[in-house]
Amino acid sequence: MLMCREATRLMSLKLDRKLTFKERTALRVHLSICSACRACARQFDLMHDLGHRHPAAPAGDDRHDA
Amino acid sequence: MTITASLAATHFSHMRPRLVAFARLQLRDAAAAEDAVQETLLTAFEKSATFEGRSEFETWVFGILKFKILDQLRHQKKQGRWQPLNEDLDDDTLDRLFEANGHWQPNARPNDWGQPEHVLDNQRFWQVFDACMLALPENIARIFSLRELMGLSTDDICKETGVSETNCWVILHRARLRLRECLERGWIREQE
Repeated sequence: MLMCREATRLMSLKLDRKLTFKERTALRVHLSICSACRACARQFDLMHDLGHRHPAAPAGDDRHDA
Repeated sequence: MTITASLAATHFSHMRPRLVAFARLQLRDAAAAEDAVQETLLTAFEKSATFEGRSEFETWVFGILKFKILDQLRHQKKQGRWQPLNEDLDDDTLDRLFEANGHWQPNARPNDWGQPEHVLDNQRFWQVFDACMLALPENIARIFSLRELMGLSTDDICKETGVSETNCWVILHRARLRLRECLERGWIREQE
């Protein structure tokens, strides 16, 4: 059974490469029962979005990833 | 509104502080950040492109800055100014945050931050974010910003830094855990 430590590793990895079916399933099951990890996943997602939102970055929605 | 080279000059002065702040975060060196921005503005001046509007213009300048930052990083690396990676890989982040059985330590459990829009629109959040970035060890911060601020893939980060992709993933995991912890301590709890 997946524990929080490993769940955070997968939710981080998910932002950098496609998870395998097994990884995805294990993560989804864990998140369905763990509110702390759900909060953590939302925060990782938020940080992943920072490049577009840093005050230094241009305003507007017409930017693309490098 | 079409932006030409002459009109660009007025936009540069507005953009400059933001460009310097962004470059400093990546380069962790005020002089190198100034150089990168200076070169960016010169390059932007030399090219006589026209733009449909301010947003498109800023995107273009920002893209040039990203190239200049990468140039500076390559230069730093070539000069041997990067700390050895091993020191930064060998940290106790995970053991500090999690119990031996893999559960969160009680005082490290993440709390709900509320609506992302509200978080990112808050100027204080960005001040804390910059402070938290500076508190990260050099290699961890560099790889995090290449990934999340510059938008490079982990594959490209390998090529730029010489760090293996596996180590990149390990470092990004730690960086995200440490940053979220620092942000929660420094900003979210302050709001309560």
